[in-house]
Amino acid sequence: MAERLLRGGDGLLSGPIAWARKHLFSSPANTVFTLLALWVLGTVLPPLVDWALIKATWVGDPAACRAAGGACWALVTEKYRLILFGIYPFEEQWRPLLAVLLFIVMMLVAANPRCWRPWLAWVLPLALVAVAVLMWGGIFGLVLVPNDRWGGLPLTLILSVAGIVLSFPLAVVLALGRRSQLPAVRAWCVAYIELWRGVPLISVLFMASIMFPLFMPEGFTIDKLLRAQLGIILFTAAYVAEIVRGGLQAIPRGQYEAADSIGLTYWQKMRLVILPQALKVVIPPLVGQFITTFKDTSLVIIIGLYDLLSSTKVALSDPQWRAFYVEGYVVAALIYFVFSYLMSQYSQYLERRLSAGVRRG
Amino acid sequence: MVETTSSAGGAAEFHHWWNNERFRGILYQILLMAGVVAGGWFLVANTLNNLNARHIATGFGFLEREAGFGISEHLIDYVPSDSYMRAFEAGLLNTLEVSIIGIVLTTLLGIVMGIARLSTNWLVARLAAAYVEAMRNVPVLLLLLFCYSIVTVSLPLSRNALNLFDCVFLSNRGLRIPSLIWDANAYVVVGALLAGVLCSILLALWARRRLDRTGKYFPVFGGSIGLIVGFPLLAFLATGAHLTFDVPHLAGFNFTGGSTLSPEFAALLVGLVIYTGAFIAEIVRGGILAVSYGQTEAALALGLSRMQVLRLVVLPQSLRVIIPPLTSQYLNLVKNSPLAVAIGFPDLVSVANTAINQTGQAVEGVSIIMGIYLAISLIISVLMNWYNKRVALRGGR
Repeated sequence: MAERLLRGGDGLLSGPIAWARKHLFSSPANTVFTLLALWVLGTVLPPLVDWALIKATWVGDPAACRAAGGACWALVTEKYRLILFGIYPFEEQWRPLLAVLLFIVMMLVAANPRCWRPWLAWVLPLALVAVAVLMWGGIFGLVLVPNDRWGGLPLTLILSVAGIVLSFPLAVVLALGRRSQLPAVRAWCVAYIELWRGVPLISVLFMASIMFPLFMPEGFTIDKLLRAQLGIILFTAAYVAEIVRGGLQAIPRGQYEAADSIGLTYWQKMRLVILPQALKVVIPPLVGQFITTFKDTSLVIIIGLYDLLSSTKVALSDPQWRAFYVEGYVVAALIYFVFSYLMSQYSQYLERRLSAGVRRG
Repeated sequence: MVETTSSAGGAAEFHHWWNNERFRGILYQILLMAGVVAGGWFLVANTLNNLNARHIATGFGFLEREAGFGISEHLIDYVPSDSYMRAFEAGLLNTLEVSIIGIVLTTLLGIVMGIARLSTNWLVARLAAAYVEAMRNVPVLLLLLFCYSIVTVSLPLSRNALNLFDCVFLSNRGLRIPSLIWDANAYVVVGALLAGVLCSILLALWARRRLDRTGKYFPVFGGSIGLIVGFPLLAFLATGAHLTFDVPHLAGFNFTGGSTLSPEFAALLVGLVIYTGAFIAEIVRGGILAVSYGQTEAALALGLSRMQVLRLVVLPQSLRVIIPPLTSQYLNLVKNSPLAVAIGFPDLVSVANTAINQTGQAVEGVSIIMGIYLAISLIISVLMNWYNKRVALRGGR
């Protein structure tokens, strides 16, 4: 500390040299770290750029890629329809594309604080219905596409968005139940939440895919995608419930007492006073949970559904292209990264904005 | 609160028994119980019906039967003719092995990266931030598949294995390292190592007590390193500087001798560690930032060294913030370990999956998985809560 103050006084206060001195070479240890980091970058970056850009093949076949010796982005130009949309009928793929765009619009609307009004609670499920109609078809002159042919990015988005949106009502009920005065209600809610939170998602998916058919009366069947979706909803509800409970606890006691004192019933109190405030507080952690769910839906690969990761793996199982797995996974990772990173930046922005509001108020 | 509402309402309708809040509470609870029992009965009855129709016997009797499938890696002796019970035990041990090693490594990685992100060195901080953002925003399964592909597709065959001093070999069959042969000398050296660890713990306790009593500081860290390195070194020299290793060598298409880290285990471990490490780095960073800078300045003003400030002032306070979220990251690592199924590492879930496919005992198999994971979650929570209580602020002081 003292050293740095003294050094600051030797004339150079601004400019790149002063900056480098302060941020890179402020002490012998720091100099060593900087040189080490530069060495690592120097050995890793040039070959990486050479591979990814200079020697890369953008269009062509595996032989051309092997000849060029760099990254084979031709894999992506060749297989992007398979990676993005799975085995959805080729000439109908404008439908999943439209569904993805609809999802992006949905996220933008839901992300805008001006749209946080009661109508949002109706619009989001309606948009999900629209996506379902678009994907399934069978009406409005659309060809029926059974959902075992859905895949790729739309499937990932469906599983995660529906997982969060549809788990929300259950989660609110569970969170209220966990804070209820009635011992039996509280006990069941605690048991539900802790049970689901204690087991891995993959065991829930196993349960949905193997055990669920046993639970239902004979002759009653629903297909694998819906079972997995149900599993994800029930599982996510436990996590969302804990987030909502955090929001309920953040509301000052005075608000509860004030609502009681003006004679509101329990449900009026919750609907008109507590939940509107609590739900606003929980939006940032809710976005965090959405990112987790978005990434975790990749586990459906294990019960044989074709989400984004799964369809990438299918594209790479082609023996001709197998050697270029790095390119395939990098593209899938980039798609996941862009969605998750933007959402996490948004949630951090929101957190700052909301906490600023609290401080001002 | 129950009394306030029922007595505050003066109007006649509030005195009807069906408007009594206590009565309603009991009614709601009875309805809920009835609903849960009815739902449970519906599920159980259906399941029993379905199992009868498929001629599957219920119960855990199948655990005694012969498993008949092989497990590629096991810490206990296992052959396909062993029982399903034994297979589950082997799978569970594999899960525990990867979880425990993973938790230790990911904690170290997370602490290093978390501190690096706060470094005054711009380059180091940026690199650590890039690592954290890259790992946090992709699915862990993708990392696992990627690591596994690196090992199986990109690493050379055993014949052309990457070779380090002719004793460590890296190939697409995994990492092959020399293993210690347990003769008398080895026992003495390893015993000395344990003695060194024990002595350094005693030393730390003694130094702590002396510090409390007299205020005199003893450099425990350097002393412990000396003990832990010095004891085995002395023992090694005293026994004639002679340890025998089983060095792997190429025989035919694969290596013999030494011990091996399989591609599946390595990919699973590396994937879990680098993924969870990014989350832990964020937790560590948050914990350190939560300690106000005034604490550091005050400690520096007292004349403590940088290292002492970190160890004696900043770390003990930030631990209080770090421990609770760290617990849930440990739990996440354990709950992500069954992704082993995707790359073929025989952990508990993968063994159970095979058993379910062979016997059709889905209910029992999934119950075993869920029961064991619940138990592991509970044990980790209890241990970490106990530790959290130790580092938490004590109300009395």
